[in-house]
Amino acid sequence: MTELLQDIGLSHGLAVLIAKTVGVFVVGIFGLLWTLVGIWIERKLAGRFQDRLGPNRVGPFGLIQTVADTVKILLKEDLMPTGVDRWVFNLAPIVSVVSVILIWAVVPFSGSWIGTDLNIGVLYLVAVGAFGTVAILMAGWGSNNKFALLSAFRSVAQLISYEVPMVLALLVPVLLSGSMSTQTIVQEQHIMYLFAVPLTVLIFLTSGQAETGRGPFDLLEAESELVSGFHIEYSGMKFGMFYVAEFLHAFTIGVLTAILFMGGWRGPFAEDVPLLGFVYLMIKSLVAYVVLIWVRMTLPRLRIDQLLDFNWKFLVPLSLVNLLVVAFVWKVVPDTDQISNLGDAIVPTLVLLVVNIAMIAVVGAILRERGRRERQRIEARMTAAKPAAAGD
Amino acid sequence: MSLNEWIFIGLFFALSWTLPAVPIVLGKILAPRRPNPVKQQVYECGVETYGDTRVQFHAQYYVFALVFLLFDVELVFLFPWAVAYNQLGLFALFEMAVFIFLLVVALVYTWRKGALTWA
Repeated sequence: MTELLQDIGLSHGLAVLIAKTVGVFVVGIFGLLWTLVGIWIERKLAGRFQDRLGPNRVGPFGLIQTVADTVKILLKEDLMPTGVDRWVFNLAPIVSVVSVILIWAVVPFSGSWIGTDLNIGVLYLVAVGAFGTVAILMAGWGSNNKFALLSAFRSVAQLISYEVPMVLALLVPVLLSGSMSTQTIVQEQHIMYLFAVPLTVLIFLTSGQAETGRGPFDLLEAESELVSGFHIEYSGMKFGMFYVAEFLHAFTIGVLTAILFMGGWRGPFAEDVPLLGFVYLMIKSLVAYVVLIWVRMTLPRLRIDQLLDFNWKFLVPLSLVNLLVVAFVWKVVPDTDQISNLGDAIVPTLVLLVVNIAMIAVVGAILRERGRRERQRIEARMTAAKPAAAGD
Repeated sequence: MSLNEWIFIGLFFALSWTLPAVPIVLGKILAPRRPNPVKQQVYECGVETYGDTRVQFHAQYYVFALVFLLFDVELVFLFPWAVAYNQLGLFALFEMAVFIFLLVVALVYTWRKGALTWA
């Protein structure tokens, strides 16, 4: 595209600038439009998980439902309660969407389609992802509502806590590929890292689920106690933007899983046909995303003390151990520093897989034991309480 | 790696604000706007808001923020190590093991102090 613009007589600098601007809008608008489709997929799946049909009235299979909802939300009155901090209140939904869209700048859609291939890509996406926390705090603080403020405090405690295991999990693909660039990480995956380090993928998905505030970790909008949390005072399109940000963030976790652990755009013929790479990436992301929805729909919500305990007393130590074990194995297995094709990758992958399965077995045993002890504690308390109740 | 890559990030940062801002402004134009004092009350379970909203918060949050800060700063040091790991010898592994061991000691200390228990 730069060449095309230069051909019609623009200077090189201007041509690059225009090409990049177009790139920004293509990536950003794609992200927003994808939300329309993605929300439909999610609602349809959620319906099935809960033994309902999901949206099925507007258009074929309810496909246009999200568009209808967008029009509806666009026409809703935008309320601004008394006593809000105007700037903070209005900026919060925008910041929340921006924090997610910025991540897409380093997503390699195919071998040649990438916003920009930063050499510190992984660090970049951790950095801009953390913006979302600020947005939630802004919304909670600006709303002049006690529920919103409580929710904001809770969510900040949750989001910053789960960022630690998430970053520790991100270190593993960086270590295996020897690069922080997202494109290089994809190219280095001759065999998907998913098969080499499944435990890391589990840690990443768990902390990713918590980072997006979904599934069992959605207590920042617990409707039974916090009446939907930090965005309670938002209506109209501002609420819509929070919704977009939440969905897009969750899907972005799927995309990141696909890139870092499932080989991104790699697949048959993807090297030659960029479009095919894009399709592969989307399919892989959807697979990861469906797993996240599945977890979200299956598990009940945690309490905040359970949530923080699970993170600091289980997930953080586990991911530290996991990182050291992977690093150790990677050093012990010979020739891991010169993997250039599928054949080279087989032996290290197999060794890592065996070690990972052993680790998962140990971790599973520890979790089962803790669960059993907790169950016994509660049962003991209940049987102790029973005679007293009968005596009343 | 050229400066062009960062121009893209800069542009992205500057322009991505417009993407959510456009629907919000569009909503402002299209939607009706008839404010009245009752409608604009802050929600609080059907009663009028009592007292100040921005009250003191639980000190526990502060402790978690401190522990997070400790870990996050140390994590940044792990990134260059992970990138260069393939070129480093076995010594790098032991070095990092010692580093992470110090982290774990800090974690165990906060744990034993009871700072991680939600009171």
